[in-house]
Amino acid sequence: MKHPLKREQLLELYYFMKLNRELEDAMVRLFRQNKLMSGLYQSLGQEAISIGTAYALEERDWLAPMIRNIGAMLVKGFPPRDVFTQHMARLTAPTRGKDSTSHFGDYKRRAVGPISMLGDLIPVMTGVAMAGRYLGQNIVTLTWIGDGGSSTGAFHEGLGLAASQRAPIIVVIENNQWAYSTPVARQVPLKDLADRAKAYGIPSFIVDGNDVLAVYDVTKDAVELCRAGNGPVIIEAKTHRMKGHAQHDPAEYVPKEMFEYWKARDPIARFEKYLTDNKLWTEAGRKEILARIEREIAEDQKFAEESPMPPPEMAAEGVYCESGCHDIRPEWKRPVAEVTPPRSSVKSEWTVSNEDGYGEWQQPAEARDLAGAAGNGGGAAARPDGRNGGARNRKSKPARVTKSKGRR
Amino acid sequence: MAKAAQVEEAAATQVTFLEAIRQAMFEEMERDPAVVLIGEDVGVYGGAFKCSAGLLERFGWERVMDTPIAETGLIGAAFGMSILGLRPIAELQFIDFIACCFNQITNFVAKSHYRGGPPAAMVIRGPSAGGQHSGPLHSQNPEMYFVHTPGLKVIYPSTPYDAKGLLKSAVRDNNPVLFIEHKYLYRRIKEELPREEYTVPIGKAMVRRPGRHLTIVSYAAMMHTSLAAAEELAREGIEAEVIDLRTLLPLDKETILNSVRHTNKLLIVHEDTRTGGIAGEIAAIVCEEAFDDLDGPIERVTSLDTPVPFAPTMEEYFLPNAEKVAAAARKLAKY
Repeated sequence: MKHPLKREQLLELYYFMKLNRELEDAMVRLFRQNKLMSGLYQSLGQEAISIGTAYALEERDWLAPMIRNIGAMLVKGFPPRDVFTQHMARLTAPTRGKDSTSHFGDYKRRAVGPISMLGDLIPVMTGVAMAGRYLGQNIVTLTWIGDGGSSTGAFHEGLGLAASQRAPIIVVIENNQWAYSTPVARQVPLKDLADRAKAYGIPSFIVDGNDVLAVYDVTKDAVELCRAGNGPVIIEAKTHRMKGHAQHDPAEYVPKEMFEYWKARDPIARFEKYLTDNKLWTEAGRKEILARIEREIAEDQKFAEESPMPPPEMAAEGVYCESGCHDIRPEWKRPVAEVTPPRSSVKSEWTVSNEDGYGEWQQPAEARDLAGAAGNGGGAAARPDGRNGGARNRKSKPARVTKSKGRR
Repeated sequence: MAKAAQVEEAAATQVTFLEAIRQAMFEEMERDPAVVLIGEDVGVYGGAFKCSAGLLERFGWERVMDTPIAETGLIGAAFGMSILGLRPIAELQFIDFIACCFNQITNFVAKSHYRGGPPAAMVIRGPSAGGQHSGPLHSQNPEMYFVHTPGLKVIYPSTPYDAKGLLKSAVRDNNPVLFIEHKYLYRRIKEELPREEYTVPIGKAMVRRPGRHLTIVSYAAMMHTSLAAAEELAREGIEAEVIDLRTLLPLDKETILNSVRHTNKLLIVHEDTRTGGIAGEIAAIVCEEAFDDLDGPIERVTSLDTPVPFAPTMEEYFLPNAEKVAAAARKLAKY
């Protein structure tokens, strides 16, 4: 591994993956007992992605889960009781019964809750990344999207904006082969969804999503790139959704062979074998972790089941923040003078230099070269008068290594 | 000569609606480094209508951000910035393009607080409405999509004074605010603004012209149309009270009800199309809370239930005007 982990950290990774799975198993039981008020989206077989990516972040970094990233929330410090209470619509839930499933976050823990519409977290987490840079916080943001969600307009608008701003955001494409019932080949004619990065001129990685150490390692690389001002980064984690879209869906459309292939690559079984083969744990140590998980889940499930439902009239509250219920102010980690006049004042014009860190202007290539490269032979890609390049060719090369100046 | 100089000086301190908006942004950015501006062509170009002219020079590239043509992207990013405590102002080049980021606004931004988090302290602003032959996609009044979205505040001012004072309040408000600017007013309406700092409270309507025979409730450009009609009606002995809503959400019910209780007649005028316009909502409120005070039917003058047509002949037919308002008022005054 490029980013080695200590034994305790490896065991912690295992703890989180196993907790993720056991928690969801407990939720399946509750669902079947009709004790959940909501649907249930499992991440069975995808735990290594949630855990490995979130584990590579630092406490100051921000994440925003999608429906199959409950594991990442556990890593970020949310207890299982938050997951139980969310699904059971309890007053004690993070959203106090106002929203369900994984639709919760906590800005104090640096987590943004998702909405159901896919892709919209990408521009939002781009904004968090931009604000973090503006405030001098040196943070990285990370969010996930499925193979299906990578077709949304919000995905592309968000990544386009992030790329143009060089925002320190990591987008993890969890390619689990299925968007509900539609296989990935019917969604996008790409072998690797990481190739979407080419369109934005940003770095990308492909990783075995069922190998938690590989996922962790590659995310660490992505974090370093972002921290150094070379974001955004796309990571494609290849995996397989081992259940239906949600509990109601038996996924009969998935060929049996696919389930069998991926079952043999179960991320938790693989990591258990790794820990055993490398003598990183004893049988007693393993049992201790399992006992801890069992205890925590039982306690938190009990807590949720004993928690009250919210009072009906609470429905009318909380639409607006009035009379100072929230104190909204930024946390500055750089001198405010840098962004206030007169120091902030600039000459308002586009230049051909690299003053604002967007990259240098380059003379457009010869028209015939571009036409050839575009493969259309029409020469529409460039004009001989050079107007195609514009005054500012923001990114001339897909792979950027230049650090941005004047932007943090 | 002396008189001419005086006139010139007075003219120099007259501020357009557009300049009032620019001043509000400038002053708020000067006051608070958490205030940033994001939008398409808001930087070097100074905005399609020049609302942000000079802001980049003063506040720099980090605080005045040009974005790709991606309304979902830029509204989402503004929301993200608000999460870290910034107070972004997001400009839409034309408010019609708000359709492109409807999901971000209605599902993410507006519901943020109700769904358990802090509210999204941000302002979305842009030029709206018709009367300038801009066709069906550059002339719309989309306010009611958002008045129907709990969690948002919706402001639609009619004067430079209000535009400046309300925009400053919007920037300081903890909740997401949609600030709609009637572009017909941008350069047509001027007034002298106080030299000292002021704000205008969100959620307060005001009586623009007192009267006793009927109440005309309106906002934005139609407020001026209603005033013109009231002037004409006054010559006929009909004294109309004109109320400027200024904020559509939350709606200032009290000012409307108080007026209706002494005029006993209500006419609502808006440039928005008829079905589902705010006139229907106001009519319902007045029926619920002041039915006994009414001496006649509640009337409304609105645009037609069609897209906004391009040709001046058709657009004029489509829009309300002072004659249509006066005609409705005369009919109502007879009760």
